[in-house]
Amino acid sequence: MIILTGNDLKTGAVVWWDGVSWSLHVENAVDVGDQAGAIMAREEAARRVNVPYSIEATKDENGVRPAHIKDRVRALGPTVRPDLTLKPADPDIGEWVI
Amino acid sequence: MYQYDQYDQAMVDARVAEFRDQAQRRLEGKLSEDQFKPLRLMNGLYLQLHAYMLRVAIPYGTLNSTQMHVLADIADKYDRGYGHFTTRQNIQYNWIKLEDAGDILADLAKVEMHAIQTSGNCIRNISSDHFAGAAQDEVVDPRPYAELLRQWSSFHPEFMYLPRKFKIAVIASDTDRAAMRLHDIGIQIVERDGEIGASFYVGGGMGRTPMIAPNIRDFVPLDQLITYAEACLRVYNRYGRRDNKYKARIKILVHELGAEEYTRQVEEEFAHLLEQGIEPPIAELERIKPYFADPAFEDGPKTVDRSDPDFALWVDRNTHRHKHDSYVSAVISLKPVGGIPGDATAEQMHLMAELAKLYSFDECRVMHTQNVVLPHVKIADLHTLWTKLEAAGLGTPNLDQIGDIIACPGLDYCSLANARSIPLAQKISERFAANGKQDKLGELKLKISGCINACGHHHAGHIGILGVDKKGVENYQLSLGGSEAEDTSLGKITGRGFDEAGVIDAVDTVTDVYLAQREDGERFLDTYNRIGMAPFKEALYD
Repeated sequence: MIILTGNDLKTGAVVWWDGVSWSLHVENAVDVGDQAGAIMAREEAARRVNVPYSIEATKDENGVRPAHIKDRVRALGPTVRPDLTLKPADPDIGEWVI
Repeated sequence: MYQYDQYDQAMVDARVAEFRDQAQRRLEGKLSEDQFKPLRLMNGLYLQLHAYMLRVAIPYGTLNSTQMHVLADIADKYDRGYGHFTTRQNIQYNWIKLEDAGDILADLAKVEMHAIQTSGNCIRNISSDHFAGAAQDEVVDPRPYAELLRQWSSFHPEFMYLPRKFKIAVIASDTDRAAMRLHDIGIQIVERDGEIGASFYVGGGMGRTPMIAPNIRDFVPLDQLITYAEACLRVYNRYGRRDNKYKARIKILVHELGAEEYTRQVEEEFAHLLEQGIEPPIAELERIKPYFADPAFEDGPKTVDRSDPDFALWVDRNTHRHKHDSYVSAVISLKPVGGIPGDATAEQMHLMAELAKLYSFDECRVMHTQNVVLPHVKIADLHTLWTKLEAAGLGTPNLDQIGDIIACPGLDYCSLANARSIPLAQKISERFAANGKQDKLGELKLKISGCINACGHHHAGHIGILGVDKKGVENYQLSLGGSEAEDTSLGKITGRGFDEAGVIDAVDTVTDVYLAQREDGERFLDTYNRIGMAPFKEALYD
C-alpha cells in the first residue's frame, strides 16, 4: 500500500494521512493509491502539513507498517527514548521498529 | 570570557526580530517551505525525523553559568527536558515547535547567544581546544584569536553563500585536542623566535571523502591573520565546485589543485589583499584579549587524598593538568554506562552551571567529544565536586576510555542517517563495563557515525563504526587506526560489514587482539600502528 506522511507545520510532529486529515498514529494511515500527488498538493497548499511524501507500507493483523526502517522510527519515535515514543508502555517497541 | 559589545548585541537582536517575522509569515502561509527553508537554516532550525531541531552556537565551546542555566531552561520550557551536546561544541534540541522558535532565540539573545550560522553554506561556529586558557602546554590562549575569527566570519557578506559549509578550528599547543587537521581550516597559534603567529592547515575534513589538511603556511604574523584567512576563503569561494555538493568542500579543491597550487593562489590573493588593508586594527585583538585573562588563581594544595579508590580513579581519568599547579581541569562525562552520548537533562545542565559558578570561576566548556569541562578547579575542591557529580550521575570515570564514545544522533533522530548510532554506543559501553575490559584497555577512542557524513567522526576513531543501509537493513562497517589528535590519521575499513550484534562482538574481538599483542605502554592505536591490520582481520573474518 502507499501511504502519506509529513510533518505538522507548527509543531514539526510526524503525521500520517488518514483519509480525512493528518493523524499522529501510523495505524490510522490509509492507502492513497494513485491519489498521492493530488492530496499532497492540496494539503500542503492549505498549510495542514509540511513537506509531505509518499511511502510504501504493509498492513497486516498488527496494523500499518512503513516498509523502510527510517519511517518506522518516524512512526514511533527514537528507539533509545522509549519514554518519549507515542506508545511508551508498549514492550514490543524495539521489535516493531527493527 | 568574551562579552558582547553594542554591535554584537544589536546584530543578534535584529536577527531575532527578523526571524520571528519570517517564521510568522511561514505559519500564515505567506512563505512556502521552499522559500522558508534557507531562512530557517540560517538560524539553525532544521526539520529532522520527529520534529524541528534547533542547533545553538557555543563559540569555541565556552559558556558561563548564566548561559548554561538558560540552555537548561530552554530544554524544560520548549523541549522535552534535555539537550544534546554535539561534536561541534554546540547544543541541539530535538523537539522544537516552529511557533516557539522566535521566543527561544529571544531567550538566547538575552544571554549573548544565538543559532546564527549553525547551518548553511557559511562559516560555522569556530571550535577550539576545550582546555584553552587552562592547559599547561599551550603557547597562548587560542580563544582571543577564535573570537576575532568569529567576529570576522559573522555575517561576512562575501562568505554567506560558499560552495559548501566551512569549519574552522583554532588551537595553540602541539597536542591537538580539537581535531584541527580535520577542519576546512585548522589554525595552530605558534611561537617563532619570540613572536606569536599562526600556522595554517587547509583542506581537511571527514564526510564521504576524508582528508587530512596539509600545512600551507607555517607562520602568518598575527597582524595578518584575518587577511590570510580571507585569502584562503576567497580562492575557495571562487573555484570551489558548486555543481556537485559531494565535491564542493574545500578539501576537494585543495586535493584536485594540489596543495602547492592552492597555496600559490592563496599567496597571490593574500598579496593583493594586503594592499587593500582589510585586516582589523590590532587594537581590536587587544580589546578582546582581556576578556580571556586568567582568573585570580590562588595557591593551595597540589595533591588529593586518594584513600577513596573511586575518587582516585575519577581524578586519574577525568582531570587534566592545569597551568597553575593548585588547579586542574575537570571533565564531566556525559557518557554514563548505557547512556546516550552527549545528552544532558535540564537538571544536569542546571547542576553543571552551579558547579561552574562554585568551582570554576563561572566557566565551563563543551568538548567536541560531547563532554563538559570545568576548566579551572582547585585541587582542594575536587572531592566535593566529584561527590556532587556522582550524586547526579555525572561522575563516570571514563575519559578517553572505550566507554567515552562519540556518537552522532543517528537514525534515532537524524533525517540524513542510514543506521542508528546511539544503541550501539549504549550496548558497547554496557558490555565493556560489565566484563571489566574497559579498565584493561587504557586509552581507546571509539567513534560511531550513522551515515557517511561522519558527524560521529568515525574516520578518526581508534576504532570507528559507520552505519550504512544495506537493502533497508542497518549494517555497520568497522575501521581501525584513525586519530584526530596531533598524530592525525584516517581509519582503514576491516572488511565486510556486520549487523548490530555482530559489530559489537567485532569490537570485542578487536580489543582481544590488542590485549594479546600489546607491548609495554602501548595504546590501542600504537599497537595497531605497529602490527598493522592483518592480525585484526584474521581474528575477525577467518
